Amino acid sequence: MKATAKFLIPLALFFVAVGFLFKGLYLDPHEVPSPLVGKPAPVFSAPILSDAGKTFNSADMRGKVYLLNVWASWCGACRDEHPVLMEMAKSDQIATYGLDYKDTDQEAQAVLDANGNPYKAIATDANGKIGIDYGVYGVPETYVIDKAGVIRYKQIGPITDEILLTKIVPLLKELQR
Amino acid sequence: MKKLLIILLLIANFVLASSSAFAGEAKPLGDDPVLEARLKTLSQDLRCLVCQNTTLADSSAPLAEDLRQEIRKLMREGKSDKEVVDYLVARYGDFVLYKPPVNNETALLWFGPFMLLIIGGFVLFRVLKKHAGSEDIQAEDV
Repeated sequence: MKATAKFLIPLALFFVAVGFLFKGLYLDPHEVPSPLVGKPAPVFSAPILSDAGKTFNSADMRGKVYLLNVWASWCGACRDEHPVLMEMAKSDQIATYGLDYKDTDQEAQAVLDANGNPYKAIATDANGKIGIDYGVYGVPETYVIDKAGVIRYKQIGPITDEILLTKIVPLLKELQR
Repeated sequence: MKKLLIILLLIANFVLASSSAFAGEAKPLGDDPVLEARLKTLSQDLRCLVCQNTTLADSSAPLAEDLRQEIRKLMREGKSDKEVVDYLVARYGDFVLYKPPVNNETALLWFGPFMLLIIGGFVLFRVLKKHAGSEDIQAEDV
């Protein structure tokens, strides 16, 4: 009996260690959990893309559930994400706003003209200052912001159909209730 | 003689060219050398989020440049090193720190190895004590 235990305990410990390592294989080290989830979204005002003189005030978004999608014309993964955003724009359940990160208005507008514009409005962040406040470290990134202006979810990297259906849509339904 | 002169000229040319290149590289990014030194020391303990194995001091990623610029600005405003670090941690999380802080989430990371050492030491002690008991047991075990 004792001899069996002597043999089984290290074996069990071995499998626990293997379990952790196996889980580790599926973790993306580039996905750094944001400390801002659960905290109020940083308030900002910024010029609206291709609409000189108009300003986007994030404070005006109080009482609305919306997605803030950080993108740029120079970002390749944003182009992969674009069709998903276009699909989302067809639904009146989802309000997507854009934050054009470290970009020029001309180049951003050219991308939208060519591929369509899924955004209700786009704020521009030419020098990346708003991005820093939101803890952006790679584009695309998407924040789900609730009626109280609190960040409820952060998607790092492109939104895929799977992420949309399993994470974002259920969360939006819950927040809009 | 002519050859030697050419060689000397070439060497002089090379030295001048390389020294001017160094002068170009060493050009300070900010005007204040004290602040630059502070920035350098501080950013060596911070991680660049884009290329994660690079410090904020060494990274050439555009975000790292923006963050260094932001740190310069905060330092000019008279913020302490701790306030600058808090500013970055509030936005990017503990991950920006090369030395993670001791808190509930990182307790296992900090104290786990010592716990393993204690457990291992205890097991070793037990095994050694048992084996030191008598020759017979040792023979039995084998």
